[in-house]
Formats: sequence, structure tokens, C-alpha cells
Amino acid sequence: MIVKTIKVDQLARVEGEGALKVVARDGVVQSAELNIFEPPRFFEAFLRDRMYSEAPDITARICGICPVAYQMSAIHAMENALGVVVDGPLRDLRRLLYCGEWIESHTLHVYMLHAPDFLGYAGAIEMARDHADIVRRGLNLKKAGNAIIALLGGREIHPINVRVGGFYRAPRRRELQPLAEELKRARDGALATVRWTSGFDFPDVARDYEFVALRGEREYPFNQGRIVSSRGLDIAAAEYDEHFEESHVEHSTALHAHIKARGAYLTGPLARYALNAASLSPIAREAARDAGLGPVCANPFRSIIVRSVEVLYACDEALRIIDDYQEPERPAVEIEPRVGTGYAATEAPRGMLYHRYRLNADGKIADARIVPPTSQNQPSIEEDLKTFANAWLDLPDDALRHRCEQTIRNHDPCISCATHFLRLDVDRGG
Amino acid sequence: MARIRPRLAVWKFASCDGCQLSLLDCEDELLEIAGEIEIAHFLEATRATVEGPYDLSLVEGSVTTAHDAARIQEVRKQSRFLITIGACATAGGIQALRNFADVREYAAIVYARLDYIQTLATSTAIADHVKVDFELRGCPISTRQLVETISAFLAGRKPQTPPHSVCVECKIAGNLCVMVGHGTPCLGPVTHAGCGALCPSYNRGCYGCYGPMETPNAPSLSAWLGKLGMDEDALKRVYRTFNANADAFREESERHDR
Repeated sequence: MIVKTIKVDQLARVEGEGALKVVARDGVVQSAELNIFEPPRFFEAFLRDRMYSEAPDITARICGICPVAYQMSAIHAMENALGVVVDGPLRDLRRLLYCGEWIESHTLHVYMLHAPDFLGYAGAIEMARDHADIVRRGLNLKKAGNAIIALLGGREIHPINVRVGGFYRAPRRRELQPLAEELKRARDGALATVRWTSGFDFPDVARDYEFVALRGEREYPFNQGRIVSSRGLDIAAAEYDEHFEESHVEHSTALHAHIKARGAYLTGPLARYALNAASLSPIAREAARDAGLGPVCANPFRSIIVRSVEVLYACDEALRIIDDYQEPERPAVEIEPRVGTGYAATEAPRGMLYHRYRLNADGKIADARIVPPTSQNQPSIEEDLKTFANAWLDLPDDALRHRCEQTIRNHDPCISCATHFLRLDVDRGG
Repeated sequence: MARIRPRLAVWKFASCDGCQLSLLDCEDELLEIAGEIEIAHFLEATRATVEGPYDLSLVEGSVTTAHDAARIQEVRKQSRFLITIGACATAGGIQALRNFADVREYAAIVYARLDYIQTLATSTAIADHVKVDFELRGCPISTRQLVETISAFLAGRKPQTPPHSVCVECKIAGNLCVMVGHGTPCLGPVTHAGCGALCPSYNRGCYGCYGPMETPNAPSLSAWLGKLGMDEDALKRVYRTFNANADAFREESERHDR
């Protein structure tokens, strides 16, 4: 029996600390594991007995790359518990803030974490030696996303200006105008990014994923929408726990999320695109068509194109919001604490993020549940590895190892986010 | 012949990655920095790694596992200078809230199989384990201060990161004092400068994410906050956030936890 084990002890160009291990016997992949050794940080535990108003700042610290996703999910869940609906310009500003995070996080992934795989570099800094203009275009695009977050949120990482009910301070119309100029340039850069990434050489693979994403009534989803899937699921966020479960699987100490009775599913750009492409703005729809994406893209390596299309959409949507913006009368609506349970799901750049809080009458948190996108995608990532690696087993070890790493990076895993991930005891597999 | 550039390594312990990201968020300076320094180990950015020793190590995150307690010793041995970046590395971070609780209870709230969990009862700063040459504060650190710190290292001088409180930054920014002006509780008087008085500039009280300033008088501030309506529990919580285990904040929170 020939046993072949491919291991990467520490994955590079992902957020957080992880490793992978693929075991093959007699030319067939037996197991594929994404090994996470991020230490547990216990967020759900220390949210207990904190005030509802503290959750946005605390949960932001789950992740430095997508803090807006945590803040928005916590805020919407709290407002759901407290019976508050925030609409009008404040809702638009939240969409604008999310545009900033998508641009910043997706661009970081496209240019600095993912593209070097396709072009044969160890990272973006090495890539810059041969393609300085391209890397500069990426940095400028990322900067435009950060500029939105810095203006609306105060700073790029762990913004300080959002609160349950709205904002501490709403921007004046004239403050947003310089952003519009930067975003017009960014939109051109984003269009160039779609064209650039669509020219990469992609392995010809696909999988029959169950895609799960939010779906808004008419808009591409950020903060709100029903949870829908490509196999017919259509529920409110409050019903998430009835349809999804997390389990402690034997080969991994990480919790994996599943759709009850069906199993693995995928959230993130591929899922959002498959379930919402019709809601993209015309410029983004056209770019997707020219990039050859079709109505559904099931090749995870091509997620880099979908991510680029979403950056283009976010630039375009941000410009629309800035153009239509009317200053609100007050930066936030009044909040009265009460007993209740609140639910929310929002679309973090790398996938759906679910929060649930139970509140006491004094506004303190009785319990909290947070299901990050990477926890939800982990079973699908492992299935990708198991499926695709079979076809690559003849590659030399280094090339195979790189392909496997790339397979994980396709899904932009955010490992620090995944509060449920634990150290894995590796099964040596014989 | 290529000139020899100082070797930089970036290390991660328990954290959110935000402070490392601050380096990648130096969009205008990143390529220039990469030209002056050899990025020898920075897994968030590149697969390429060069064996140590390193001239400068930036350490993000706190020590929360036995494995990490051993690993930081190795990092120290490999590093000529070691600088901690951010509240986790400098004060134990948000995960230091476990230091005030029973970590097994925490684990039981989050996880089903307690026997799988490998964690220490505490989250501690890097300086509790090894000698640290400089601490850069903030949750997250400021990119401006990070560039200053790296530049200072390159020039062989001490980084310019003022030790005064956020109040001074508020005066420089021309802000109305949120506490005096509209009665909003604010940790600015006891919090280390560095953010540029961000929260008060957005009509919000400072929540102390840069940790205690060098000579804070937290009991005096607590008396003022009490007059603004904060009860003992609120006072305890306000010092227990992202720098809960920094001495001055920990001691003051414990004074209100009786």
C-alpha cells in the first residue's frame, strides 16, 4: 500500500493560524483536514452580563479584517431583540460602511492573498517586483474601501462610530464628496481588476455546492435579507437554529456547521452571486458577463473573479448611496431596554455571519451565539480538498501542496473569526 | 551587490489579526517599507519565510496556551529587537477577561467537548514572558505610529509615541470636552494617547482601547464617572474591555468588583 501524506504546517496568506493535511492510499484521497490551531478566545462567554450596547465594540475584536461584519450583525440582532427598525439615511449609511469593508477585505484577498497563487509568487510584495503597477492599483483600491470605513467609522480597524440604533455622529453631505471622487477612480480600478483576474489560468473543476446566502428584495445583500439556498431553503434569520446545526466531528475538534439532514453548504461570494446576480448593478452585471461567469459559478478557483465583481458592485453602490444621501435629523434612534431574543445574519465578505442574543430586562446579555462564516464553510473546504486532490495526486509534492493551499485560500478563510475553532489532534492515517 | 537590509518578522499569538493588518493597511508606505526591510517572516502576507535570527520582530497577540508560552521564548531568542503591537500583546487583550473568571466555565459556555480544549487559565502580555524592547499600544494600533516605530528602528532611535492622555489629543484636535460639555462618560483622562482623540471627535466618550497612560489617576476619574450616573457594575465593566489586564485598569476594575 502506498501512503502519501501532504501537510502544510502553517498556512500562509490566510487570516489566522491553520494547517492542512491530506492523506492518500493507493492513489485515492482518504481524508482531507483543515487543521486550525487558533487558540480559543471565548467571545460568547464574555459577552454574558455585558450591556447590549457593548456588543458591537466587543464582537468587532473577533476579527481585524471584517470588524464591520461583526458590528453590523450584533447591532441588527440587538435591534431585533429590542423591537427597533432603523431605516432611511441611517440604513443607507450602514450599507455604505459595509461597501467599505467589502472593498477593503476583498481587495486584500484578491491582490495580496489569492492572486500570487495564480501568478506564481510567494506573496504580493514579491509580485510587486515584476508587477508594481498592478500591486499599486490593488493598494489604491483597498485604500478607497478603508477611506469609507475611516470616515464613517472613525478608523479602518475596529470602527468606533457605530451603535445600536444608528451612529454616534452622522456625516455631513459635504464630508462624503471627497470620497465620491476617490470611489470613481476605485470603480475604474475595480473594473480593471475583474478583467485582470478573469484572464488567470484556472483548474477546470466544479462542485455541486448547496449555496447559502442572504437575499434582499431588490438589492444585493449586505445587512439584511432572508436566508436562502440553492436547494430551496427560504427562512428568516430567526429560524436559523431550526435549520442549521453545529457539531463536534471526531476527526476535528473544530465545530462544523451543517444544514440539518443535508450536510455541508457554502456561503460567501460564490453563493451570493449564484443567488443574487440579478440584483447587481448594471456595470457589475456586465463585467460579470464579460468575464464569462454565467449565472452560477461553481468553480471555487474562479471565486477571485466573483470577488472582483463584488468589489466593482460595492464601489458603484457606495457612489449611489453618497449621491442620494440626505443627512438624517438624528444620528441614532432611541433605545429602551427590554426582555427579548434577537437574531440577525449579515454578509461578511467571506460569507454569512449569524448572531443571536437573549437580553434581560436591564439590557444585559443573558446569552450569545455567533456562527462565523469560516465555521460554516469548513466542511465544504474539506470536501473541496478531498474531491480535487484526487486528480492532482500525480503532481510533485511541492506542486500538490501548493494546489491544496490554494484550494483553501479560494474561500478566504478567516480563522481568528472562527471562535469555535480549536486545536486539532492529527490522525496520522496509518 | 545587493545591500543587506534588516530582517523583519511578524508573529501572531491569540488575537484578531488587526494589528498585523495595520501593516498591510499602510497602503501608501507598504512598498517603500518592503524596500527598506527584508520581510523574512510574515505569514499573513507571504509564503516565503527566511530562517532567523531576525533584526526586528513585531509580536501581535497574547499568550493563552502552553504551546504559545514556549513559542514566545523561541521568538525572543531569534530576535535582536522585539516590539509588541497592540492591546493583546501589550496587556493580554480582550481575551484577558478570562483572568477574572473561571476559564472552565467559559469553555463550557462555548464548547461541547471540554476535554479537547487546551488553554491556560489566563491571557497574559508578552512582557510577562520575555523581555520586550518596546510596546506599541492600541486596539488596534495606529498605522501612523507603526510607521513611526519601524522608521525609528531603521534610524536607530527611540520611537516618538507620546505618553500623555487622550485629553491632550482632544485639546490639540480642538474638541469640546464630551464630559464637561454634554456629560458623556469618558476614559480619556486615564487613557494613553495615540488614536488622535477619535471617540470624542465622533461625540462619543473614550473607551480606553489604548490602555492606561503612564501616570493615570483612575480612582479620581471613577468618582467623576459616578457623578455622571455610572454604578459600581458599570465602573467595573468600563475598565474591563480591551486592556482589562493592564495594571491600572485591572486594579481600578477590582475596586468596583466587591
